[in-house]
Amino acid sequence: MSTQAGADLRLGMTTRPVRPRRTLWGDVWHRLRRNGPAMAGLTIIILMYLTAILAPLIAPYEYDKIDLEQVRAGPSPQHLMGTDELGRDVFSRIVWAARSAAFVSITVTGFGLALGIFFGVLSGYLGGRVDMLIMRLGDVLFAFPGLLFVFFIAATIRPGLIAWVKAIGLRDLARSGYVDYLVVIIALSLVGWPGLARLIRGQLLSLKKRDYVLAAQAIGVPTWRIMLRHLLPNAMPPVIVAVSGGIGGIILSEATLSFLGIGLQPPNPSWGAMLYQYYGYWRTELWPLLFIPAAVLVAIVLAFNFVGDGLNEALNPQLD
Amino acid sequence: MLAYLIRRLLWLPLLLIIVSFITFTLGYYGPADPIVALLGQHYDPEIATQLAREYGFDQPFAVQYLKYLERIARLDFGESIKYRNQPVLRLLIPRLAITIQLNAVSSFIGVVLGIGTGVTAALWRGKWVDRLVVFGVVFGRAIPVFVAGPILLFLFARTVPVLPAGGWDGIFSRSAVLPVVLLSIGPMAIFARQTRSGMLEVMGQDYIRTARAKGLREVAVVTVHALRNAFIPLLTILGFLLGSLVEGTFLTETIFGIPGMGQFAFEALGGRDYPVIITVTLLVAVAYALGNLWVDVLYGVVDPRIRQA
Repeated sequence: MSTQAGADLRLGMTTRPVRPRRTLWGDVWHRLRRNGPAMAGLTIIILMYLTAILAPLIAPYEYDKIDLEQVRAGPSPQHLMGTDELGRDVFSRIVWAARSAAFVSITVTGFGLALGIFFGVLSGYLGGRVDMLIMRLGDVLFAFPGLLFVFFIAATIRPGLIAWVKAIGLRDLARSGYVDYLVVIIALSLVGWPGLARLIRGQLLSLKKRDYVLAAQAIGVPTWRIMLRHLLPNAMPPVIVAVSGGIGGIILSEATLSFLGIGLQPPNPSWGAMLYQYYGYWRTELWPLLFIPAAVLVAIVLAFNFVGDGLNEALNPQLD
Repeated sequence: MLAYLIRRLLWLPLLLIIVSFITFTLGYYGPADPIVALLGQHYDPEIATQLAREYGFDQPFAVQYLKYLERIARLDFGESIKYRNQPVLRLLIPRLAITIQLNAVSSFIGVVLGIGTGVTAALWRGKWVDRLVVFGVVFGRAIPVFVAGPILLFLFARTVPVLPAGGWDGIFSRSAVLPVVLLSIGPMAIFARQTRSGMLEVMGQDYIRTARAKGLREVAVVTVHALRNAFIPLLTILGFLLGSLVEGTFLTETIFGIPGMGQFAFEALGGRDYPVIITVTLLVAVAYALGNLWVDVLYGVVDPRIRQA
């Protein structure tokens, strides 16, 4: 509607006042802004990523700083949330874990999107056997409950990955905890792409029959250019919604893997691993610690749910 | 419908072959040596070679895989590596029984309570009951199993110590209460949400007005006319429910130390017990595929318009 009015205006075909031109996303933002829970969710999400970026400034201690003189200390000005059985500052670990969550969620989204676009484009544009092969591969991955597949991959690839990292001469990396991040990122990226590939394929299939694509083909625009300039940009909006909805799921999956001990492992900071560690304290005096990572995780899932629901409503206003 | 059903059923064995190939390949080329996992870091190489020959690990990939397929066709899933000389199937069946009981009871409770609260909320739209349900659903959806589990455990095994913290004495014992509650939270929230919105949509339809106009009692309007139609979209989430139950079982059994299939599989993942891992993977794939097929068939039963398509 608004683009139509804008086009009329540019052609000088109308003199009546028109509503200021708004893009699709401008419209969405306008509706989202009036949605209280969604804005609260967005604030929490932004806070989380800010915490991740500023972790070294916010956290008073390193995430793995062990202080055996301050073991199991209660809350104090030095340790806002107390310390664990190794004297590590709980507040600092919560803050650093935001960085883990942010890092994992951004990289997995990036890889998943790259794989999804790559296979989706191959499938949707080339069609035929390639399409068939890719979609059947997706079917096989869909034949499992997603998280179970992630458990399976994460648990099987770790030793191999460590051996491989050692083999290419990065012994220090193999010994550091950073390999855990690789495990989690690989496992989650592998599972995330088929859904996106399907979505992109569907979009391309409907877009490639449009007149403007035919026109571009007719005047001899190279395929790759049609792809990049005409098809992909127009296929993106639903993909962006799907991806942003998936980020909360990625953070939750990382926490689940770490809770089960096959994701990020101590001393790496992760809310899931912390939840597991503190839940082990349930018979002791350290029990209140359990509620800290629990509250953080619930707040973040809530935030992503609110924003996701808000985005959906904003994009499909007829849903009421 | 029948042709569709047959096509779907034919896809099943193919799916199983592909799934078994992937899991088998990961197990074969997987760097984690099950023999090392069994014997520990400081093992006698001679025993290791002998064991490897015994399990057939020294033969080429194609031979091992074909032999494996042939054995699967005879429902012989091999022996567990951790529990020596025990067929995987015999180890799995009692555990599977526990898992199925746990899942059946929790999903039944979750679905029934979810539909009940959903209908209640929709009939009293905007009243405090409705607000409470909507609020509960928001939290029920947001709280992950592995967060709710420890909190439940903490509340009912420490603060008000009325229930055991773990273990398993059968589905009708006190030890089953917390796991069942934990596993039914998710389905209940999803079903309450979907039922509520489905009912609200249906209650605005013309045929409901007609039903009221011809003087039917409100109970009949709700049960005969509204509920039946509100059920259709519920079937879609039945498929999702299946997936979330499988994942939930893994976590719940691990948290409460229930000797079911989830815990068994998890233990096998840690111990690289590949015969067990592959069997469980296949089993889950079959269950999942059959579950989804069942949902599709149900669609046709509930909504005749789909049957014709």
